[in-house]
Amino acid sequence: MAEFTPQTRTLISSAALSRGRGKVVYWTVLSVVLVVFTLVFIGPLYWMATSGFKDVHEVVHNPPTLFPHHAHPANYKTAWTQLQLAKLLWNTVYYAFGALFFQLVFDVAAAYALSKLRPVLGNIVLGAMLITLMIPAAVLVVPQYMTVLDLPLLHVNLINHPWAIWLPTVANGFNIFLLKRFFDSIPEDLMAAAAIDGAGPLRTLWSVVLPMSRPILGVVSIFAVVNVWKDFLWPMLVEPDPTKQPINIGIQSLSQGVPENVLIAALAISAVPTLLIFLLFQRNIMSGLTAGSLKG
Amino acid sequence: MAATTVPEKTSRRHPGRRPAGPRSTAAGSGMSRRLRGNIQAYGFLVGALLCFGFFSWYPMVREFVMSFQRTRRGVTTWVGLRNFKTVYHDPYFWTAWRNTALFTLYALVIGFAVPFLVAILLNELRHARAYLRVLVYLPVMLPPVAGALLFKYFYDPEYGLFNHILKAVHLPTSQWLDSPHTALISVVIAATWMSMGSATLIYLAALQNIPGELYEAADLDGAGLLRKIWHVTVPQTRLVLSLMLLLQVVATMQEFTNVFLMAGGNGPQNSTTTVVYMIYQYGYHYDNFNGAAVLGLFLMLVLICFSGLYTRLSRNSD
Repeated sequence: MAEFTPQTRTLISSAALSRGRGKVVYWTVLSVVLVVFTLVFIGPLYWMATSGFKDVHEVVHNPPTLFPHHAHPANYKTAWTQLQLAKLLWNTVYYAFGALFFQLVFDVAAAYALSKLRPVLGNIVLGAMLITLMIPAAVLVVPQYMTVLDLPLLHVNLINHPWAIWLPTVANGFNIFLLKRFFDSIPEDLMAAAAIDGAGPLRTLWSVVLPMSRPILGVVSIFAVVNVWKDFLWPMLVEPDPTKQPINIGIQSLSQGVPENVLIAALAISAVPTLLIFLLFQRNIMSGLTAGSLKG
Repeated sequence: MAATTVPEKTSRRHPGRRPAGPRSTAAGSGMSRRLRGNIQAYGFLVGALLCFGFFSWYPMVREFVMSFQRTRRGVTTWVGLRNFKTVYHDPYFWTAWRNTALFTLYALVIGFAVPFLVAILLNELRHARAYLRVLVYLPVMLPPVAGALLFKYFYDPEYGLFNHILKAVHLPTSQWLDSPHTALISVVIAATWMSMGSATLIYLAALQNIPGELYEAADLDGAGLLRKIWHVTVPQTRLVLSLMLLLQVVATMQEFTNVFLMAGGNGPQNSTTTVVYMIYQYGYHYDNFNGAAVLGLFLMLVLICFSGLYTRLSRNSD
């Protein structure tokens, strides 16, 4: 839906742009935009990647250098070992995909039940889930933290355990809402046909609903992973053990006393995975972004 | 690939509950069938219900209860409004609110307007669209720590890139994060760079949905560029714009990560202490969870009032 058709009539008509003066203005604006946007959005990334190769003096050199005088790839190696980036990255992957797994299992099951099985009080349950969208996340940080310290009824302490990151991500009213709306659009006839064929609810979910829901599952998955990757305050509170921290917190807490060029190299490394995810799933992310927010 | 994980897990959770098919419809009264269906449905719901209960609903109640209690050495007592008094008399209480309000205001001026203007600009361009869209979204995918620390280097008054550029074009340099006057706005600029991609793409999609005839009609009426933006583009995207405005306010009022990473939280002379940073301080530096809960309650109240007022206003204007 977010595809751009060049024929669409916008503020300025294509005819006006293809005539003499319009043409000149258009091409000037286009080249300015291309140069400025590239500088503004890639420039900092370029600076980060190249400064990772500079030596300590060159990083803080004034004026800044465009190319490193002498490349020091060893900075990247030092960053990798000294900041234990492999460990931090692995932790992040572990948290992100764990969260993804639990969100897919629990939120899909819940949305399916609310949309297709329609139990008693289902609407109240849905309402209670959607109300949580009204409560800003940062507001509940303290009571949530205390819950994690001593889980009610079970009395377990989840601090330094991945559960502390995984389980709260399941309580995501927006996911449930998105999934339920998508499931609602699956015709009842299909469900009835599956029931006549003798399929129970689980079987129907697996063989009828899920195969039809690939696009929405993709959207939910990408955002589940990216959200964990970008989260900061919560993992900082619940994973105080440096060996268990995700990359955001780990780099921040280890950054003191590390030479600047090494730290910048570490930042560059930390940026690679999400940028790769983005470049690979660019299309899905962009359509998911608009689908999710416009209809939300 | 992700979908394959679902039933494996679920089937382990519901052993032997599978064959509910036609046989069960024949047997038993309607009553027990319905009961069975409900049990089944709640079987599907139980995981999400537990997570919501533990990490969302219970904390909501607890926040409220906690704010009237005080816990010392494991003993909890009811103290009425004492926590509210403590927090209210904190010398930085109003500073934090002022900073939060300012942050939101700056974010509205910069972070709300810039993506919209960029979207309008990109929508007019007929070339390199995919490239430009990817560019704008790129920073969104950076881990916050990378984006924030990167800007910390750029802002450095001594050797930072920004002052260097300003010097090169003979403009006055700035202390950026090191001065109480500019610290907050510096954070907002960096935060806008990091997050404007998502808003821009949402606006772009909205712009795509404007019927071209409207612009043609405006052309016939002799409307200029600005008039067309004001009388066609803005009204046509009003719904998205207002939704984004609400989301933006709610998000920026909760600012923590960027002030924490870039300005060490407080910033020079407490110029970047936000309410959420104060919550963090109460909870994890002053060891006063109850005070933190009170602050959270205040923030929640303000945000709910804001969304309520906002929905009312936007409903009336329809």
